[in-house]
Amino acid sequence: MIDLDAFLRTDPQDVGCGEATELLHVYADLHLADPEEAARRYPGILAHLRACGPCSTDFDGLIAALHEE
Amino acid sequence: MPLDEISARWVADLQATGAVREDAHARLHDLLLRAARAEVGRRSGRVRLSGVELDDLAYQAAADAMLAVLGKLAGFRGESRFTTWAYKFVMLEVSAKIGRHFWTRKPTLPLDEADWERIPARFGLSSENEAEWRELMDAFRHSMEHELNERQRLIFKAIVLDGVPLDTLCVELSTNRNAIYKNLYDARRKLRAALVAKGHLSEDAS
Repeated sequence: MIDLDAFLRTDPQDVGCGEATELLHVYADLHLADPEEAARRYPGILAHLRACGPCSTDFDGLIAALHEE
Repeated sequence: MPLDEISARWVADLQATGAVREDAHARLHDLLLRAARAEVGRRSGRVRLSGVELDDLAYQAAADAMLAVLGKLAGFRGESRFTTWAYKFVMLEVSAKIGRHFWTRKPTLPLDEADWERIPARFGLSSENEAEWRELMDAFRHSMEHELNERQRLIFKAIVLDGVPLDTLCVELSTNRNAIYKNLYDARRKLRAALVAKGHLSEDAS
Protein backbone atom coordinates (compact mmCIF):
# COMPACT_ATOMS: atom_id res chain seq x y z
CA MET A 1 0.00 0.00 0.00
CA ILE A 2 1.26 3.46 -0.92
CA ASP A 3 0.28 6.74 0.75
CA LEU A 4 -0.99 8.81 -2.17
CA ASP A 5 -0.25 12.15 -0.55
CA ALA A 6 3.30 11.15 0.39
CA PHE A 7 3.94 9.51 -2.98
CA LEU A 8 3.03 12.64 -4.91
CA ARG A 9 5.25 14.93 -2.84
CA THR A 10 8.44 15.98 -4.58
CA ASP A 11 11.39 17.93 -3.22
CA PRO A 12 12.65 20.61 -5.63
CA GLN A 13 16.15 20.10 -4.19
CA ASP A 14 16.17 16.47 -5.37
CA VAL A 15 19.10 16.16 -7.82
CA GLY A 16 17.95 12.90 -9.41
CA CYS A 17 19.74 9.59 -9.82
CA GLY A 18 22.41 10.85 -12.21
CA GLU A 19 24.01 13.47 -9.99
CA ALA A 20 23.44 11.42 -6.83
CA THR A 21 25.26 8.45 -8.36
CA GLU A 22 28.05 10.67 -9.64
CA LEU A 23 28.75 11.99 -6.15
CA LEU A 24 27.69 9.01 -4.02
CA HIS A 25 31.27 8.12 -2.98
CA VAL A 26 32.04 11.72 -2.01
CA TYR A 27 28.82 11.99 -0.03
CA ALA A 28 29.44 8.62 1.65
CA ASP A 29 32.92 9.52 2.93
CA LEU A 30 31.67 12.87 4.20
CA HIS A 31 28.59 11.26 5.75
CA LEU A 32 30.78 8.85 7.71
CA ALA A 33 32.96 11.68 8.97
CA ASP A 34 30.19 14.19 9.67
CA PRO A 35 26.58 13.44 8.62
CA GLU A 36 25.37 16.98 9.34
CA GLU A 37 28.10 18.49 7.19
CA ALA A 38 27.28 16.04 4.39
CA ALA A 39 23.61 17.06 4.54
CA ARG A 40 24.54 20.76 4.65
CA ARG A 41 26.95 20.54 1.74
CA TYR A 42 24.83 18.23 -0.43
CA PRO A 43 21.14 18.90 0.35
CA GLY A 44 20.13 17.76 -3.13
CA ILE A 45 21.70 14.35 -2.63
CA LEU A 46 20.10 13.97 0.79
CA ALA A 47 16.72 14.88 -0.73
CA HIS A 48 17.25 12.33 -3.47
CA LEU A 49 18.30 9.52 -1.14
CA ARG A 50 15.16 10.14 0.92
CA ALA A 51 12.98 9.74 -2.19
CA CYS A 52 14.72 7.14 -4.34
CA GLY A 53 14.68 3.56 -3.08
CA PRO A 54 17.31 2.16 -5.49
CA CYS A 55 19.84 4.95 -4.85
CA SER A 56 19.18 4.71 -1.13
CA THR A 57 19.85 0.97 -1.27
CA ASP A 58 23.15 1.62 -3.08
CA PHE A 59 24.10 4.22 -0.49
CA ASP A 60 23.28 1.88 2.41
CA GLY A 61 25.39 -0.82 0.75
CA LEU A 62 28.27 1.57 0.31
CA ILE A 63 28.13 2.59 3.96
CA ALA A 64 27.93 -1.09 4.99
CA ALA A 65 31.01 -1.89 2.87
CA LEU A 66 32.94 0.96 4.49
CA HIS A 67 31.95 -0.26 7.95
CA GLU A 68 33.26 -3.72 7.00
CA GLU A 69 36.74 -2.37 6.15
CA MET B 1 42.55 17.54 -4.82
CA PRO B 2 45.62 15.61 -3.56
CA LEU B 3 45.05 11.91 -3.01
CA ASP B 4 45.47 10.47 0.47
CA GLU B 5 48.46 8.17 0.86
CA ILE B 6 46.57 4.87 0.60
CA SER B 7 44.52 6.00 -2.39
CA ALA B 8 47.64 7.27 -4.15
CA ARG B 9 49.29 3.88 -3.59
CA TRP B 10 46.30 2.07 -5.09
CA VAL B 11 46.34 4.26 -8.19
CA ALA B 12 50.12 4.02 -8.61
CA ASP B 13 50.14 0.24 -8.22
CA LEU B 14 47.21 -0.27 -10.60
CA GLN B 15 48.96 1.88 -13.20
CA ALA B 16 52.36 0.23 -12.69
CA THR B 17 53.75 -2.58 -14.82
CA GLY B 18 54.71 -6.19 -14.24
CA ALA B 19 54.31 -7.89 -10.89
CA VAL B 20 53.28 -4.73 -9.02
CA ARG B 21 50.37 -4.20 -11.39
CA GLU B 22 49.34 -7.87 -11.33
CA ASP B 23 49.40 -7.92 -7.55
CA ALA B 24 47.35 -4.70 -7.37
CA HIS B 25 44.78 -6.11 -9.81
CA ALA B 26 44.48 -9.27 -7.70
CA ARG B 27 44.08 -7.26 -4.49
CA LEU B 28 41.47 -5.02 -6.11
CA HIS B 29 39.53 -8.02 -7.39
CA ASP B 30 39.57 -9.58 -3.91
CA LEU B 31 38.35 -6.32 -2.40
CA LEU B 32 35.53 -5.91 -4.91
CA LEU B 33 34.46 -9.54 -4.69
CA ARG B 34 34.34 -9.38 -0.91
CA ALA B 35 32.18 -6.26 -1.10
CA ALA B 36 29.94 -7.77 -3.80
CA ARG B 37 29.39 -10.95 -1.77
CA ALA B 38 28.52 -8.93 1.32
CA GLU B 39 26.14 -6.75 -0.69
CA VAL B 40 24.26 -9.56 -2.43
CA GLY B 41 24.01 -11.23 0.97
CA ARG B 42 22.61 -8.02 2.44
CA ARG B 43 19.98 -7.90 -0.33
CA SER B 44 19.30 -11.65 -0.53
CA GLY B 45 16.09 -11.49 1.51
CA ARG B 46 14.55 -8.99 -0.87
CA VAL B 47 15.67 -10.65 -4.09
CA ARG B 48 14.86 -14.24 -3.14
CA LEU B 49 18.16 -15.65 -4.37
CA SER B 50 20.49 -18.01 -2.57
CA GLY B 51 23.49 -20.29 -2.93
CA VAL B 52 25.13 -20.58 -6.34
CA GLU B 53 22.89 -17.97 -8.02
CA LEU B 54 23.81 -15.42 -5.38
CA ASP B 55 27.54 -16.18 -5.66
CA ASP B 56 27.40 -16.02 -9.47
CA LEU B 57 25.76 -12.63 -9.24
CA ALA B 58 28.48 -11.43 -6.85
CA TYR B 59 31.22 -12.68 -9.20
CA GLN B 60 29.65 -10.94 -12.19
CA ALA B 61 29.16 -7.71 -10.27
CA ALA B 62 32.76 -7.77 -9.00
CA ALA B 63 34.12 -8.46 -12.50
CA ASP B 64 32.14 -5.61 -14.07
CA ALA B 65 32.99 -3.27 -11.18
CA MET B 66 36.66 -4.12 -11.76
CA LEU B 67 36.32 -3.15 -15.43
CA ALA B 68 34.59 0.10 -14.46
CA VAL B 69 37.26 1.01 -11.90
CA LEU B 70 40.15 0.27 -14.28
CA GLY B 71 38.40 2.05 -17.14
CA LYS B 72 37.81 5.20 -15.11
CA LEU B 73 41.01 5.12 -13.07
CA ALA B 74 42.64 7.98 -14.97
CA GLY B 75 39.67 10.17 -14.02
CA PHE B 76 39.84 9.42 -10.29
CA ARG B 77 40.63 12.77 -8.64
CA GLY B 78 40.62 11.78 -4.99
CA GLU B 79 37.33 13.43 -4.02
CA SER B 80 36.87 10.38 -1.79
CA ARG B 81 39.06 7.52 -0.67
CA PHE B 82 39.91 5.16 -3.52
CA THR B 83 38.16 2.22 -1.88
CA THR B 84 34.94 4.22 -1.37
CA TRP B 85 34.98 5.13 -5.05
CA ALA B 86 35.67 1.52 -6.04
CA TYR B 87 32.92 0.13 -3.77
CA LYS B 88 30.43 2.47 -5.45
CA PHE B 89 30.84 0.55 -8.69
CA VAL B 90 30.16 -2.70 -6.84
CA MET B 91 26.86 -1.30 -5.56
CA LEU B 92 25.86 -0.07 -9.02
CA GLU B 93 26.74 -3.39 -10.62
CA VAL B 94 24.90 -5.42 -7.96
CA SER B 95 21.81 -3.26 -8.58
CA ALA B 96 22.08 -3.66 -12.34
CA LYS B 97 22.56 -7.44 -12.10
CA ILE B 98 19.61 -7.86 -9.77
CA GLY B 99 17.50 -5.66 -12.05
CA ARG B 100 18.36 -7.82 -15.03
CA HIS B 101 17.75 -11.01 -13.05
CA PHE B 102 14.14 -9.99 -12.46
CA TRP B 103 13.45 -8.98 -16.04
CA THR B 104 10.64 -11.26 -17.21
CA ARG B 105 10.79 -10.03 -20.84
CA LYS B 106 7.07 -9.37 -20.59
CA PRO B 107 6.61 -5.77 -21.75
CA THR B 108 4.59 -3.35 -19.66
CA LEU B 109 1.43 -2.51 -21.61
CA PRO B 110 -0.52 0.77 -21.50
CA LEU B 111 -3.05 1.17 -18.70
CA ASP B 112 -6.32 -0.62 -19.40
CA GLU B 113 -9.63 -0.52 -17.55
CA ALA B 114 -8.57 -3.27 -15.14
CA ASP B 115 -5.47 -1.25 -14.24
CA TRP B 116 -7.55 1.83 -13.45
CA GLU B 117 -9.66 -0.30 -11.12
CA ARG B 118 -6.53 -1.46 -9.27
CA ILE B 119 -5.34 2.05 -8.48
CA PRO B 120 -7.53 2.81 -5.42
CA ALA B 121 -6.46 -0.40 -3.65
CA ARG B 122 -2.79 0.37 -4.39
CA PHE B 123 -3.24 3.58 -2.42
CA GLY B 124 -5.04 1.79 0.41
CA LEU B 125 -8.53 3.01 -0.52
CA SER B 126 -11.09 0.30 0.18
CA SER B 127 -14.36 -0.19 -1.67
CA GLU B 128 -16.26 0.14 1.62
CA ASN B 129 -15.36 3.82 1.77
CA GLU B 130 -15.70 4.50 -1.94
CA ALA B 131 -18.05 7.42 -1.38
CA GLU B 132 -15.22 9.21 0.44
CA TRP B 133 -12.58 8.82 -2.25
CA ARG B 134 -14.47 8.46 -5.53
CA GLU B 135 -14.13 12.15 -6.43
CA LEU B 136 -10.42 12.07 -5.61
CA MET B 137 -9.85 9.01 -7.80
CA ASP B 138 -11.90 10.48 -10.65
CA ALA B 139 -9.73 13.60 -10.48
CA PHE B 140 -6.60 11.43 -10.25
CA ARG B 141 -7.58 9.51 -13.38
CA HIS B 142 -8.45 12.70 -15.23
CA SER B 143 -5.03 14.15 -14.31
CA MET B 144 -3.26 10.95 -15.32
CA GLU B 145 -4.99 11.04 -18.70
CA HIS B 146 -4.54 14.75 -19.37
CA GLU B 147 -1.40 15.85 -17.50
CA LEU B 148 0.91 12.90 -18.15
CA ASN B 149 2.33 11.61 -21.39
CA GLU B 150 2.17 7.98 -22.50
CA ARG B 151 5.65 7.13 -21.20
CA GLN B 152 4.93 8.63 -17.78
CA ARG B 153 1.73 6.56 -17.55
CA LEU B 154 3.63 3.44 -18.55
CA ILE B 155 6.31 4.04 -15.92
CA PHE B 156 3.63 4.77 -13.32
CA LYS B 157 1.91 1.49 -14.14
CA ALA B 158 5.10 -0.57 -14.01
CA ILE B 159 6.46 0.84 -10.77
CA VAL B 160 3.35 1.77 -8.80
CA LEU B 161 0.80 -0.78 -9.93
CA ASP B 162 2.93 -3.76 -10.91
CA GLY B 163 5.80 -3.22 -8.46
CA VAL B 164 8.48 -3.63 -11.14
CA PRO B 165 11.86 -2.70 -9.60
CA LEU B 166 13.26 0.48 -11.13
CA ASP B 167 16.47 -1.26 -12.22
CA THR B 168 14.42 -3.96 -13.96
CA LEU B 169 12.39 -1.32 -15.77
CA CYS B 170 15.70 0.19 -16.95
CA VAL B 171 16.42 -3.11 -18.71
CA GLU B 172 12.91 -3.40 -20.13
CA LEU B 173 12.84 0.15 -21.50
CA SER B 174 16.54 0.17 -22.48
CA THR B 175 17.18 3.32 -20.51
CA ASN B 176 18.84 4.38 -17.26
CA ARG B 177 17.74 4.97 -13.70
CA ASN B 178 17.93 8.76 -14.00
CA ALA B 179 15.60 8.90 -17.01
CA ILE B 180 12.95 6.75 -15.34
CA TYR B 181 13.24 8.59 -12.03
CA LYS B 182 12.91 11.95 -13.82
CA ASN B 183 9.80 10.76 -15.67
CA LEU B 184 8.20 9.55 -12.47
CA TYR B 185 9.30 12.67 -10.55
CA ASP B 186 7.69 14.93 -13.17
CA ALA B 187 4.56 12.77 -13.17
CA ARG B 188 4.27 12.97 -9.38
CA ARG B 189 4.77 16.76 -9.45
CA LYS B 190 2.16 17.28 -12.18
CA LEU B 191 -0.41 15.00 -10.53
CA ARG B 192 0.03 16.69 -7.18
CA ALA B 193 -0.30 20.17 -8.71
CA ALA B 194 -3.49 19.14 -10.49
CA LEU B 195 -5.02 17.59 -7.37
CA VAL B 196 -4.08 20.61 -5.28
CA ALA B 197 -5.60 22.94 -7.89
CA LYS B 198 -8.86 20.98 -7.71
CA GLY B 199 -8.85 21.05 -3.91
CA HIS B 200 -8.30 17.33 -3.39
CA LEU B 201 -4.90 17.72 -1.68
CA SER B 202 -3.57 20.53 0.48
CA GLU B 203 -0.78 22.67 -0.87
CA ASP B 204 1.33 22.87 2.25
CA ALA B 205 2.53 19.25 2.17
CA SER B 206 4.81 19.66 -0.88
